[in-house]
Amino acid sequence: MSEATVPKLELGRVGESLPRVDGIPKVTGEFAYSSDLQAAGMLWGHTVRSPHAHARVGTIDISAAVGMPGVHAVLTHEDIPGEKRYGLEFQDQPVLAYERVRYFGEPVALVAAEHPEQARRAAERIRVEYEPLEPLVDPERATEAEPLHPDRPTMGHGYRDDPRPNIVRSLVIRQGDPAAEGDVAVSGVYEIGIQDQAFLGPESGLAVPDGEGGVDVYVATQWLHVDRDQVAPCLNLKPEQVRIHLAGVGGAFGGREDLSMQIHGALLALHTNRPVKIVYNREESFVGHIHRHPAKIWAEHRASRDGRLVNVRVRILLDGGAYASSSTAVTSNAASFAVGPYAVDNALIESTCVYTNNPPCGAMRGFGAVQVCFAHEAQMDKLAEALDIDPIELRLLNALGPGGSLPTGQTITGTLPVADVIRRAAALDVPEAEELPRDPMRLPGGSGNTTRGEGVRRGVGFAVGFKNIGYSEGFDDYTAARVQLHADGSATVHCAAAEVGQGVANVILQVARTELGVRDVALAPHTTATVDSAGSASASRMTWMVSGAVRDACRAALEEWDKKGRSLEVDVERIYRHPRTTPLDPETGQVTGERAHVAYACAAMRVVAEVDVELGLTRVVWIGTAQDVGHAVNPQAVQGQIEGGTAQGLGLALMEEIQTRDGLITNASFTDYLIPTTLDMPPVVSELIEEAEPDAPYGVKGVGEPPTVVSTPAVVAALRAATGRELSRVPVRPDDIVGL
Amino acid sequence: MDVLTPRSLEQALRLKAERPDAVPIQGGTDVMVELNFDRARPAALLNLNEVAELRGWSRQNGRVWLGSGLTYAEAMERPLAEALPALAEAARTVGGPQIRNRGTIGGNLGTASPAGDALPPLLVCGAEVKIASVRGERIVPLPDFVVGPKRNVLAEDELILGVSVGGTESRQTFMKVGPRNAMVIAVVSLAVRVDGDLRAAFGSAGPVPTLVRAGLGDVDSFPQRVAEAASPIDDVRGTASYRRHALRILTRRALDRCLV
Repeated sequence: MSEATVPKLELGRVGESLPRVDGIPKVTGEFAYSSDLQAAGMLWGHTVRSPHAHARVGTIDISAAVGMPGVHAVLTHEDIPGEKRYGLEFQDQPVLAYERVRYFGEPVALVAAEHPEQARRAAERIRVEYEPLEPLVDPERATEAEPLHPDRPTMGHGYRDDPRPNIVRSLVIRQGDPAAEGDVAVSGVYEIGIQDQAFLGPESGLAVPDGEGGVDVYVATQWLHVDRDQVAPCLNLKPEQVRIHLAGVGGAFGGREDLSMQIHGALLALHTNRPVKIVYNREESFVGHIHRHPAKIWAEHRASRDGRLVNVRVRILLDGGAYASSSTAVTSNAASFAVGPYAVDNALIESTCVYTNNPPCGAMRGFGAVQVCFAHEAQMDKLAEALDIDPIELRLLNALGPGGSLPTGQTITGTLPVADVIRRAAALDVPEAEELPRDPMRLPGGSGNTTRGEGVRRGVGFAVGFKNIGYSEGFDDYTAARVQLHADGSATVHCAAAEVGQGVANVILQVARTELGVRDVALAPHTTATVDSAGSASASRMTWMVSGAVRDACRAALEEWDKKGRSLEVDVERIYRHPRTTPLDPETGQVTGERAHVAYACAAMRVVAEVDVELGLTRVVWIGTAQDVGHAVNPQAVQGQIEGGTAQGLGLALMEEIQTRDGLITNASFTDYLIPTTLDMPPVVSELIEEAEPDAPYGVKGVGEPPTVVSTPAVVAALRAATGRELSRVPVRPDDIVGL
Repeated sequence: MDVLTPRSLEQALRLKAERPDAVPIQGGTDVMVELNFDRARPAALLNLNEVAELRGWSRQNGRVWLGSGLTYAEAMERPLAEALPALAEAARTVGGPQIRNRGTIGGNLGTASPAGDALPPLLVCGAEVKIASVRGERIVPLPDFVVGPKRNVLAEDELILGVSVGGTESRQTFMKVGPRNAMVIAVVSLAVRVDGDLRAAFGSAGPVPTLVRAGLGDVDSFPQRVAEAASPIDDVRGTASYRRHALRILTRRALDRCLV
């Protein structure tokens, strides 16, 4: 082999485009996902779910199911040894329904059997007495309806006291003079449908009893330790008796923050003293996790003649569905980012999330910022038109930056190069329109062969968006890492950070190699058993937090080695915390300390779309974006996040929506819940704006969410430019484009 | 569940007569979905993949014979794609490459879905379905074969041998509307053929794919006639009013393509 063909072995430090460690096994099909797990003597669990969106639950007769062939356990709420309710932040969700069910698909009973078919057949024999109740499905009427949670689980947590029924949280932000008038005003009402995370790997896991009363749960999740802390009380076990281990995750996007099969699998495993595996099918997966909050947003923007924002007034209504999940934080995010990355002295923002009997909603990539970005960017374009100012100029004129402040009164202390991302995205060359005739695949309608060019109009859209990085409002957020240095010079890192496909395994290794100066670093399995919490793979926080924790642990380990001598094994664990945040004032929505959010990241995007205006079909032709990414730990992985995040936002713009009728999901399949294919998603030109974030280790920032926030409004802006229609609702339906 | 795998057509017909509850399976792109979602648990499957007589296609007296085992991928290949271009265009809209390699024309006929992509092109080409059982063979014109949503005239001992189609080399095209640019069930679909008269057949706009005919002089009114012949509904994939609207647009565009 000549020297030139020997692959150069990089050390794989921070800043290098190191191929993902799990890349080859995933591409070749060797990677074990949570649904691939097996154990000797394993049983299959099955969940009996409510066919009603709202009903009183009477007696549950399991007698016919118990004796069925192969059946080892049939459990109801009566078999739960500990707490009967759980929740990510508020304990409002029954492990198994009692008294009433509040959403379609709510778990009611469990079966474990030797074969999944036996479990399903037994499940069919369970007789649940339901008394159907009128489902509350219109969020605009929720505050006048009978309370779904009379005990008001989110009250008394420092939020604004709102006595209306079915309030999950309401937040009002008042800044300056909310009555301030401008020379020009534009207003609009915007709607966002229910988007699903639509991860390809369904909810699944394996629970294994340890023979001493405890249990090990191997599961695809986003935050191992918070799973443990929810599972243990329901089982009436001590936290250390429940060990959560990360199994292969087939996508998450927020949809695995809440529990799915964890408690159920553990209950069945402890009851039968056998390993129990649960795998949801696709239909079940659509009811097995929370979704992105659908929203209705009323916005009014007032500006001076020269284009400066004077006053922004926004009312946001989020449908939280049946249980709280992380809705209170989504409510706050939607309010914080309602104006967009723009400076304005006067604002009145009201953000309300209500309980209904619709599918429960919670975390999804973009987390409250997605909904409001769709509205504020449409408003900025409207304002540009009303003022006859170029929309990009208008955005530059109002761009927020370091030293500026949000409507919450928080001053931007870190980096936030809004003007920069706008200029860089606007400077990207937009490709010329391709000539006709073309292959139908390169026209709206694609393989459907619907046009040879008839009815096709081209439009260019632009949008800017931003979002916070990390947990907010005083949450004590931390990440632990443990580093072992071995006598042979190699190292092992333990960190419970969930690798959900975002590439955090590489981040951990790259930071460790950078700090230790060795290539031979092993990453131990992600588990609650050997290391403290890493926090959630959420809020674009993991790269920042893990970088800090692994860096600190590596440095401490090297110090220890220097003290003890390098022939000895060293084993240290360190905890990293980001700068502290404080709550918002419950009355004014203003910051009570220096910051309510840790930091921010922004992105600008330009989209070219062709629209068949007669049929309402779209082909997105080109996407160019500039994103504020801090110092990129792994530039190639950053670009991957930008492409994937953009596709998810494009999906919301054009096709992704969970449809319901009286609270029942009517399109729970990938036949009818459509996500973009490669024919719908163009290549993305991405510019990385690498300004080092002063508060973050290595100057990093999170990168996963800004592309999802900004791509939905950018795509719809291109559609508006092509069609001249208002298009105030996403996903945009062919009917909306045609004008039916 | 038994899986019966005949090696010849004769064996297949005998097995179907003995086990009328056996569900025929070829590519499995419909049947396996039902099984995987636990919506169907037939007592037996009749696996037709080893029956050579059902495969391929041939020319017969100016018409084309398509075996029920003809896959969508095969329908997209020349020279068949040149003989039946609308069918080839329809085949291209079916699923992804893996589905097109497995799914068959016979399966589309057997399922008889209002959204069956192969059915509108077959309708405009005057397809006749050949059916057989141990009792003998019969030929049923396609409009009479599909009798309702997912219902056809097959008796419980009968199998579909294939279809005979005309209209080869005539001006024809197929279009399908879906909210994304590939891998969709038709919101509405349309095949049009111009060859002595005007023929259009639509899918997903009524309980069954439906053929509409008119004289060559009716070009201007034909889009409206096609739209009026439809009886679409509102469902999760689209609205009735959009489907009717789209049929008008598609018909006009299809005529433009076929009349050049």
